[in-house]
Amino acid sequence: MRLGLALLAMLVLTALAAPLASAWLGHDPFLPDLFMRFEPPSATHPLGTDELGRDMLLRLLHGARVSLAVGVAAALAATFIGTAIGLLAAWRGGAIDALLMRFADGLLALPALPLLVILAALDPGVVGLPRGEAASDMIRIAVLLAAFGWVGVARLVRATALSVLARDFVRAARAMGVPETRVLLRHVMPQLAAPTAIATALAVGGAVLAESVLSFLGLGIAPPSPSWGNMLANAQELVFQAPLAALWPGLAILLTVLGCNLVADGVARRR
Amino acid sequence: MIRLIASRLAQIAVTAAILSFCAFMLIALMPGDPIDLAIAGDPRLTSEDAARLRELHGLDQPMMARYLAWASAVLEGRFGHSRLFAQPVASLLGPALVSSLELLGLALVLAIVTGVGLGALAALRPRAAPFVQGLALVAQAVPSFWLGILLIILFAVQLGWLPAGGEGGWRFLILPVVTLSVAHLAAYARHAAAALSAAMEEPHIRTARAKGASERAIVLRHALPNAGVPLLTIAALDAGSLVSGALITETIFARPGMGKLIFDAVMGNDFNLALLALLVVAVVTMMATLMADLAQRWLDPRLA
Repeated sequence: MRLGLALLAMLVLTALAAPLASAWLGHDPFLPDLFMRFEPPSATHPLGTDELGRDMLLRLLHGARVSLAVGVAAALAATFIGTAIGLLAAWRGGAIDALLMRFADGLLALPALPLLVILAALDPGVVGLPRGEAASDMIRIAVLLAAFGWVGVARLVRATALSVLARDFVRAARAMGVPETRVLLRHVMPQLAAPTAIATALAVGGAVLAESVLSFLGLGIAPPSPSWGNMLANAQELVFQAPLAALWPGLAILLTVLGCNLVADGVARRR
Repeated sequence: MIRLIASRLAQIAVTAAILSFCAFMLIALMPGDPIDLAIAGDPRLTSEDAARLRELHGLDQPMMARYLAWASAVLEGRFGHSRLFAQPVASLLGPALVSSLELLGLALVLAIVTGVGLGALAALRPRAAPFVQGLALVAQAVPSFWLGILLIILFAVQLGWLPAGGEGGWRFLILPVVTLSVAHLAAYARHAAAALSAAMEEPHIRTARAKGASERAIVLRHALPNAGVPLLTIAALDAGSLVSGALITETIFARPGMGKLIFDAVMGNDFNLALLALLVVAVVTMMATLMADLAQRWLDPRLA
């Protein structure tokens, strides 16, 4: 748990410090410099340079901003939708519960990535999202990932909410005439904190991984804006010239997912 | 049991129908149709030609009518033509499915064997447990496309022992199978460890010890079969993500399987092929999940 939090804090801090590091090292991570291609690591370029002579460390840090922002945004949206749907299913029960959970089961049984690949290639304008531009790339991917990510949260929230709703303090609150919305918000929601936190932590890791896969396949964040996924896509083409280029972005993804999993495990163990 | 199978099969059919409808509509809503692409490919096409082609292929019909025509053709087994590969879609899906199943099957076997092996190590040798736990945590977090690239760099580029991609004999399978199985062995290792530790506490294990059975026989004959049921649950839950992993693995290692077919079709704007391949993959995945569920009930009749 501590290790996980420390890892995530470190990653977020380095992501926030990206412009600072840019200024300090005095390079622009977006500006090609063809005389400095494939420089080995040195004092001015701590991780060397890529195929266009851009500083690898700075691109890694700027990529962290993109990758983490997409991951966190997608995970928060997924948690919000999942909690609402899970709570609704557990609270209303009956046909609504059955319908929502069959839908969730159906979505969970499908292979997510082939579906995401097709959806990511579709025109975002059809469903009312802005076209083009790096920022809208991030929104598009976050929306897609949230559309698949809520299922896990909803199942976890529903299972916990069912057991909480059957507990005596909820019955007592209802017997005293507390309105249903207040029962849900004040009495049930606090009990859902731990499962929601676990689901969110896992969802952040899953979303970062999924974003990097889509960007790696060329369907996510489009270059020149760096993301860990599209940096790896570049690196795959350069395995002969710069084998080290493939190391760092993957390591960053690994540490992020590891941190999220550790935090989720830690919360689960504390309950 | 028959009722269960029938209701699950009906669920699969409904899911496939909804999936095909949503995907078809999303694709049809996109600006531009196959005739626009044909015009881009051959500028000599006049607008009369385009209108004639649209009428010939039914592209001037309303979307609902187009979906129904497409769906009934697919149900009759007429899968149409792939524009990208210039071949009937049906003749593309068969070999791709075989190639994917080969990769998936081997990766699943490797994941289960190493996973259960590691889990057993953790359960039976408590001193090895932290090591196995750490390994499982890292294996779960490794992005498989990164692992694939690293393996290519090490074994194909630097050492030159194995081919970097393509399809051929068993040598072409080693790196993809290893890449795909690593992400999945963690779940098996964790659950095998938990299930084995629980199984080792059962009274019938004590009985087996008392009658003088060797430790090996106890683990292999008496404890492991009991730990098998939860592993089948994992296998059932994992089927979808295993197929997702196959798409990445096939793309990195240039293996002509279903995942690469979907990816290539999407990249080449061949959405009829992409949609049909997606449907086949989805149905096969759901069938695999059903099989695992049935096997689980067969092994442990209490669940039924």
